[in-house]
Formats: sequence, structure tokens, C-alpha cells
Amino acid sequence: MAKGSLSSGAIDPTALEAESLQAIGAATSTEALDEVEATLLGKRSALATAHRRLGQLDPETRRSAGRELNDLRARLEAVIAERRAGLRADERSAVLEADRLDLSEVVLEGLRTPLRRGHRHLVTSTRDALEDVFVAMGFTVAEGPEAETDWYNFEALNIPPAHPARGMYDSFYLDVGEPETVVLRTHTSPVQIRLMEAAVAAGSIPIHSVMPGRCYRRDTADASHLPVFHQVEGVVVDRGLTFADLAGTIETFTAAYFGPEVHSRLRPAYFPFTEPSAEYDITCTICLGAGCRTCSGTGWLELGGCGMVDPAVFDAAGIDPLEWSGFAFGFGIDRCAQMRHEVADLRNLLESDVRFLRQF
Amino acid sequence: MRAPLSWLADFVPIDRDVDELVVALDDLGLIVEGVERVGGGLERIVVSKVLEVGPIAGADRIRRVVVDAGGEPLEIVCGAFNFGVDDLVPLAGVGTVLPNGMEIGRRTMRGVTSNGMLCSGRELGLSDDGEGLLVLTGTEGAIPGAPLAGALGIEPDIVFDLAVEGNRPDAWCIAGVARDLAARFGLPFTLPTPQVTATGPSVGSLASAVVESPELCPRLTVRVLECVVVGPSPKWLARRLVLAGMRPINNVVDASNYVMLELGQPTHPYDLDRLGAPGLLVRRARHGEVVRTLDGVDRVLGVPGRGLGETGEDCVICDAAGEPVGVGGIFGGTSSEISASTTRVLLEAAYFDSMVIARTSKRLALRTEASARFERGTDPFGIDRATERFCQLLMASAPTTVVAAGTLDVRGDLGGPNVIALDTGRVNGLLGTALGRDEMARLLEPLGFACTPRGDDSLEVVVPSNRPDVRPGSHGVADLAEEVARVFGYSRIERRQPTWTDPGGLSAYQRARRQVRQVLVGLGSDEVWTPSLVDAADDAAVGVHGEPVRITNPMAADQASLRQTQMAGLLRALAWNRDRRQGEVRLFEVGVVFGPPDPAHTAARAGSGGAAEAALPAERELLSAVFAAKLDDATSAVGALGALRDELRLADLRLRPPADGSTPPGLHPTRSLEIRAGLDGPVVGTVGEVDPAVVTEFGAAEGRVGWLELDLGVVLDPGVVGRRSEVVRPVSRYPSSDVDLAFSVADTVPVDLLVDVLEGAGGQLLESVSLFDVYRGPGVEPGRRSVAFRLRFCAPDRTLTDTEVGALRAGCVAAAERELGATLR
Repeated sequence: MAKGSLSSGAIDPTALEAESLQAIGAATSTEALDEVEATLLGKRSALATAHRRLGQLDPETRRSAGRELNDLRARLEAVIAERRAGLRADERSAVLEADRLDLSEVVLEGLRTPLRRGHRHLVTSTRDALEDVFVAMGFTVAEGPEAETDWYNFEALNIPPAHPARGMYDSFYLDVGEPETVVLRTHTSPVQIRLMEAAVAAGSIPIHSVMPGRCYRRDTADASHLPVFHQVEGVVVDRGLTFADLAGTIETFTAAYFGPEVHSRLRPAYFPFTEPSAEYDITCTICLGAGCRTCSGTGWLELGGCGMVDPAVFDAAGIDPLEWSGFAFGFGIDRCAQMRHEVADLRNLLESDVRFLRQF
Repeated sequence: MRAPLSWLADFVPIDRDVDELVVALDDLGLIVEGVERVGGGLERIVVSKVLEVGPIAGADRIRRVVVDAGGEPLEIVCGAFNFGVDDLVPLAGVGTVLPNGMEIGRRTMRGVTSNGMLCSGRELGLSDDGEGLLVLTGTEGAIPGAPLAGALGIEPDIVFDLAVEGNRPDAWCIAGVARDLAARFGLPFTLPTPQVTATGPSVGSLASAVVESPELCPRLTVRVLECVVVGPSPKWLARRLVLAGMRPINNVVDASNYVMLELGQPTHPYDLDRLGAPGLLVRRARHGEVVRTLDGVDRVLGVPGRGLGETGEDCVICDAAGEPVGVGGIFGGTSSEISASTTRVLLEAAYFDSMVIARTSKRLALRTEASARFERGTDPFGIDRATERFCQLLMASAPTTVVAAGTLDVRGDLGGPNVIALDTGRVNGLLGTALGRDEMARLLEPLGFACTPRGDDSLEVVVPSNRPDVRPGSHGVADLAEEVARVFGYSRIERRQPTWTDPGGLSAYQRARRQVRQVLVGLGSDEVWTPSLVDAADDAAVGVHGEPVRITNPMAADQASLRQTQMAGLLRALAWNRDRRQGEVRLFEVGVVFGPPDPAHTAARAGSGGAAEAALPAERELLSAVFAAKLDDATSAVGALGALRDELRLADLRLRPPADGSTPPGLHPTRSLEIRAGLDGPVVGTVGEVDPAVVTEFGAAEGRVGWLELDLGVVLDPGVVGRRSEVVRPVSRYPSSDVDLAFSVADTVPVDLLVDVLEGAGGQLLESVSLFDVYRGPGVEPGRRSVAFRLRFCAPDRTLTDTEVGALRAGCVAAAERELGATLR
């Protein structure tokens, strides 16, 4: 651009535009672009000067020259804006690139508070899940002591002293009080008696509760038995309950916990505290009933026991068996976990090995 | 029990296939634990006689045997050595497929051709003995070329292995299983009543029977058989015993066992001539009396053992002179055992009180086929059929036998028949069925319950004497309801989901306990389950020296006490993981620890009444956590406590050294404190680090192990530890002002007290106090430290002026100086 032509006020818009575009294109940073913008469009730019000098022109020429200058300014502004956006994007990319962090390299253990979540024990998560199903069905959750009197653990459950049925529950006795009067509970059933007694005292029958907890039997530990294990039982006491209600409750629970494709069946069995009594099986969770090695080809897995509360138990708890009826059921929490997660050896539950624990 | 199908068929004409029977037995509550097909695949096995045995050159593990199998002599290569020339052995000829699926081919070994295989009992599926050949020498009917099955009296059969429940003594015999099947399938059930011809002298002239303790033994019968020739049982009988799982001994003992398996009534045969005086006397054992039982063990009787209901009452069977010859209902004695020379047999068949047998059996730890049946309850009126059947069997196996006329029968109180008024509405009410009166009768009668209609909705049911499990009165109605349901089929009872209006839910404690776990899990801790049954030395190793609750009958010495702490278990868990290159972990446990009976604790947990409550051990549910990840120490535990406090909204927990200046058990003496509920409240837990010496002893970690323990029963009780208000404190819209204050204060003054004082002085306008620096060293007197706080002041309705903030600051400083001897630095 020739100085002379500017000072004379007669600029060459075409040449100015070409020069300007070149200068804009040459700016490689937003800062440089800001300077270019000031040079091209600022108060002392050729364009501004030319604009100021429009007044010296005749009206006819002034109008067309003014339009021409305004159009040129608008075009340059647009090009600068576009260039600025491009430069900003490039600069942001450069900053972000410099900030790059390979997340695969984060050393969690180096952090003061490990950003690692722990894990509930498999027995706890199974118990919680079971509780949630029962709570959703309207049950409350009750608990009781692990060391129990003979009365609560046996006698009130229709298992008098020396009764052969005690052979089903090989007990640990405690050196407390008279010999063999205090046992580590062999099932959570004593909580049923405590609940019934409390409900009688408070006049608050009906009862709808489940009782999860730790139990003890003098069995040698093996892959499918632990001398210390966890069980959940349920008891419902109300007017007019029947075996049909028991069977329906078991079925509802089974489908809710194991899934809609898993069903239940009841077979006659003997428990001193229920009459009629039943074992209940569920559809084999491995083969879904087709028959496999786990279910010995039967399509069913034994889960637990259940039945109508024996009138002798009601007598012991002070409930009139002619007015009230009830049903109870129970099964192993550990066994549930074993079935659901295909745990080959229950002893893993007690090993506290984090490689096992962290899978759940 | 093992029930061969052929034996069941003696009583019911079974016309169903095996699969259908299995389903029916399961559905009747006679759980099928296994089905065994036996005696098949022996069609081509024959008896052969060994003619020659000789070595094979270059082989010392096989020999060349020549046998006569009824045709041309056959050359066989054999690897067994338990036989010789003239022995009879089983031969599987070329082309035979053994029961185990093995096909016999013609083979040549070291130049000798083997034209078949001589078999062991195991190879034929007849016994577990695979050591040598099944030697048949001396077996009646075993002649060369004869089929082996015929010689051994073996028919193909199917054996059901059944689990019979404790309340079904009636079903614990072949006839009982057959009765249930007949009822289910609507087939006739036939229980023959044998009648033997008694041609001998009157039994009373040969023996006596006296019962001195009829309450222990309400019925005793004695029969005598003379001219008995003791020998092996007939093959069919021995075979049935084997299939049922018993070993044949001789025809007398086998007949007794056979009757027990078939009818459920144990009997005991004595050698009449070896009894000190002919006859039996049943009495209560004297204190300390010793009887040597058939297994050769001396049993001390009449001495009460431990435990509830233990009376020390034992029933002994004596000879007529009063000398013990056996423990009644459990085990015979050695003195009058049947032997090869026995010619006169006295047969005892009795009915014992089931509880007496149960107690004696438990105390002596002596459970026999007989005691197991008596303790469940036998049929006092089934004895006659059983003894008659015994005589019939023995006469068949020893035809010279002469049965003495009559039975000595001593009866005490056997009770009357159990008659139950069965209200059909009540049964339907229990089962959810709609069965009519006659329908119910049709279900019960095939089981032996005699039903007579009494009005439209009631039956009078006479319970048969083989069903002691059915109780009298209203309890018996529940028992009969089970029988109705069993024969009707549990699967045919409809299902109904009961509904109720009470909401379900977890208790506040149970919800809070879940929160506790979630907080710990959120801090990267893994939950473990460590043993409750421990070695008391483990508790002592972590400084807990209290007297533990001991287990009377532990399974192992290191599981003989109830744990008093979870620390040992957690440290072991750390060590376990460390040994497996899984160090750097945080673990926690929520579990119960035990202490001696403590009335206060028992009352708190037990809830309702009941016998001997106060005697129960104290139980406390604890959260115990160890922090052994990298950089973990006591501060990790304090941080976790803070997280728990926030999550559970716990107000006013204080960390203090024990009042008596001691260190909490197992903890670091200078880096551990007790957690108290408020300034004067009870101790609710401990926090700090595990004593480094303890950490080392357990091999639990390389570095420090942070420790946190809370007694959940106490800490989650809002009556003990208050909760922060649930009412929202509005957030001010005005800017706040910060004031930093550093005080020099004595080491003995806990920081939380200083915070209390600052909060008190700052009042409503003090939004927060946070500790940001602690300093000991040059510039601070020994015995004191500098603690620096940032106080943030804010008013809800205005911006505080510098003057106001200055006044607040001065008030805080003054209070700290006045109340705690702090000096501003």
C-alpha cells in the first residue's frame, strides 16, 4: 500500500483488502491478531482515515465510496473473528495437550485416602439382599442373642431335654450356669419365641418378621458345612393362615430373590417346631430345572425347611393355637450365597482373603 | 434306610416304574437319596474250578491258570494270588460285559492266551473287595459251569436309599415304606400274620420273664426255640440283608435282623443255655453297675451324666438270676451271645420307653440299629407279629427247630388307644384345602388310621399303635393334618400370597448398622468374617485377659472359647493377606463378642422375659476396623471415625485417654484414645493404632496399623450418643470473615475442649472452627504446643463489621486464656 494514496484519501479498496487478509492470515496467535486488528481497523488505520475523508468527496461519490468502505470493514471483521476463533481453539488444544494425564498411571496407593471402594462381606451382601426382599414383602427384621437358654433354643420349640430330635442339632454348650443349660443357638428359631412372647406381652400379634443371624452347630467344617454359619428364618402369626399361605410366601420370595424363572416345591419333612412340616426345594439355579451335576439331575436344589407353627410351640409362647395360626420357614444365608455365586468351598467365607472378598 | 424293590413287593403289588416311584417316595416325605441297580450284568458269569496254576516265564505279577467251567478246560491269565488248585472262582468268558462296563476279550500275554477273566467281588459289583478273586469254594450250589447269580442267590434288584424322618418310626421298615406307597397309589397293602406251629413244651417250663421296672420297659415278651442248628442263612435272606446294608452272621442273628428291617421291631436272641439262670429279668441299673456289651466295651450304668433331663436311669436286661446280660433296647452282652454251638434260643422282644433309650444312648454315646428305633418309638403291639415272623424264618432255615408253646408276656401300662376327634374344618383351615369328611377318611385309612364319621364335619380317628408320633388331643389334629396333606400331595395344595397392612422395614439400629458398613466400604475397607470360637490365648495376645466364656464341648482346643475381642481375628486376617502378597489393606468386621453374664447387658438386648435370662453371656456387637494400607496410621482411624460421625449425625464424641491412665488393650500406648459419649458419658469405643509389638507378634503388617472400634449397641443408641439436630441451619447470604488464632496451650488440654471454649465464646455468629496447624518445638515451652485455628464468623442478616469481628476475636481469646490457660501467640 502506498502512503501517498492514503494521504491523498484515494485508497485502493481491492489492494487494501488483499493486504489486510494477508496480515490476518499471518497472525499466529490471538495476541498478534489483536495487533493486526488494531492496525487494520483501529482509529489510525487506513480504513478509518479513508472513512474520515469521505466528507471531502462529492455526495454522489461519497455514498458509493462510503458503502464500499463499510462493506470492506464488515468483511475484514468477519475474517478476523473467524481467525480468532481458530487461534483460540488451537491455543486451548495446546494447553490441554500439555495437561495430558494418562489415567492408567494413577497410583491409588500413593494417595492418602485410597480412592478404592471396599467390599461388604459376601454374607453381609447376601443377608442385606434377602432382608430387602422380605422387607419389600412387608416383613420386619428381628434379632436375638447368639448364646441362648435351653428353653429358647430347644424346649419352647417342642424339643424337650434328651429328645432324640436334639440329635438333629449337635450343640455347643457353654460353661455358664447349670451344665448344658446355655447353648450357642443352633438356629435363629429362638428369636421366634422371643418375638411371640413379646407380642403376647404387648398384645401386638400379628407377627410378620424375618430373623437373620449367626448360628452354631458342632459339625466338622467341609466344603458345604461350617460349624458357624448364618441363617434367616421367617415367622408369620395371624388369624386364618394356612399351608397355602406358606407355600405362596415361599414362592413369592423365591421368584423375587432368585429370579422369575426359579420356582419352589415343598416335600414332607420333620421339624419338631412345625406341623405339617416341609423341606423346600428351588429350581436348580445352574440348569434352571433341566437337570445337571449340581442338582444330581433332579432339576431341584434343597434350600430350607418350613411348616405351620406347631401347636406345642404356640403353647410354650402363650399363644392360643385355636385362635391364631402361623407359619415359619428358614434357610442358610451362606448356602444361598454359595448357590448364587457358585462358591465351591464355604470355608472361603472365613478366610478373609481380599482376593475373594473383593469379588463381591 | 435301604429298601430293595423286591422286598417292598412282598407287601404291595407295585406296578410303577422306578422314576415314578422316586417321585412318589419324595412326595411322601421318604426322601430318595439314591437309587442303586444291583445284581445286573451277571448273566454270563459262571462258576469255574481251578485245575492248574503255574507261572508265566518272565512275569511275576500274572500267572497261568487252567479252569473247568463246565466244558473244555480254559486257559486264563490271572493277576490275583488269593486262590489255589480246586478253588471255585467266578469266570467271565470272552464277550462278557461286566457290570462296570468292561468287555472281556481274548488276549495273549507273554505267549499265553487268556480266554476270559477270573473276577473279584468289586469287578462284579458284589462287594468292595478288589484285592483278590471272589472265592466261592464252599458255596452251596457252586459247581463248575453253573451261573454265578444262581449259586449266590442273586436276582437283579433295585435298592432305594431312603432318608426317613425322625417322626416316622412306622416308615422305618420295609413294610412301612410299602404301606405309604400303597396309600399313595391306591394299591392293596398286605401285611401277613405268620402262624407257626409250636410243638415244644410250654415256654413257662423253660424260662421266666420278670419286669421290675415297668415304667422303663412297659412290655417284655420271651419265646424259646429248641433244637436249633446254627448255620448260615438261606441265600435269599442273606442277600436281602446285604442289600439292606447288614452283614449276614448266622441264621439266628440274621432272622432277628431281618424281622427288624422288615417290621421295625428289634428283637434279641440269647443262648438260653449260656444265661446264668433261664429267663430274663428287666430292672433299673444300679449306680455304677458295669455291663460288657457285644462290642467288648465295659459300660458303666446308672450314673447321671451332665445336662438337662438326665436322670441316670438305665434299663438293664438280666438273666433270671439278676446278672446283667445287656443294656435294654440298645446292646446285648457278650455272655449269652449266639454261637455255633447254640441249640436253645431265648428270643426277647420288648417295648421300651423311648426317652429312657434316648437318654441312655446319648450318655453312653452308643447308638445302635435297635436303640435308634426304640428312641423314635416302636409299636408295643407289633411285637407278636415280629416274634412269630422270627420263628417262621428260623424254622425255614433250621427245620429241626422246635418252638416252645406260648409266649411269656409281661405288660405294664401300655396306655389306651389314641382317639382323636378330627374337625375337618380345622384341618382345611391349617392346610388351605377344601377336603370333605369322607375324602379325608379315604386319605387316612390306607395308613392304618381307623376313621368313623361323627356328624357332617368330623371324624373320630383311632391312631394305630405304630404311630406314636401322632399326639393326643388338639396337637394330634396338626399331626393328622400332615398325614392328610402327605397322602393328598403337598404339590396339590394351592398357593396364596398372604397380605397384611403393617409395614415392613428395618429398625433404626439395623439401618444405622448398614450405614456403618457403607462408610467403611467407602473408605476402601473390606469386610471380613473372623472366627467367634477362638483360643483364649489369642485374646490374651491382644491384651484382653478377662475370663472368657468357655465351651463345654469344643471341637478343638483352639476353638474352646467365645471371643472377647475381634482384634486378634482382624490381625490374623491382615497376616493371612500379607502372607499372600496382599498387604496394604484395610479390613473391618461387624460382629458379636462375648463376656461373662452381665445383667445390665442382658436386659438391654434380651427384650422379653423367659427362664434363666440373667445367666446368658453378655453380648456386644462391635465394629472393629484395622487400617494397614500405605501411609495408614492412627490418623486414618480418626478420619474414619469422623466419616462415621458425619454419616450417623453423631453429636459430641470425645477422644480421651482412659481415666485410670492405662492403655486400651492391644493398642499403642501413646497413639490411642478412648472414644467417649460427651464429656462425662460412657466409653463407646477406641481409636488409634495397634501396639507395634502386637502387630509384629501377629505378623500383621510392615508398618503402622490404625485401629477403630465402636460398641454399636451403645454408639447407635440415641439415648447415649446424641444426634445432631435435623433442623436445617439457614445458610447466610452475607459474606463471612475469617480470624486465625494460634494459642500456646498445655499438652494436657485436649483440643476439643479448646474448640468448646471458642464455640461458646463465638456464640451464634461463629460459623465454624477448624484446626489447621499444630506445632511443638523452639518458640513453644516444653509441655505445651501451639494450636492454630481458623474461626469463621458470619451473621445471617448482615455483613459483620470489623469492629464486631474484632470484639468477637477478643472474646474468644479471653475465654481461651481464662478457661484453659491458653496464651495467644
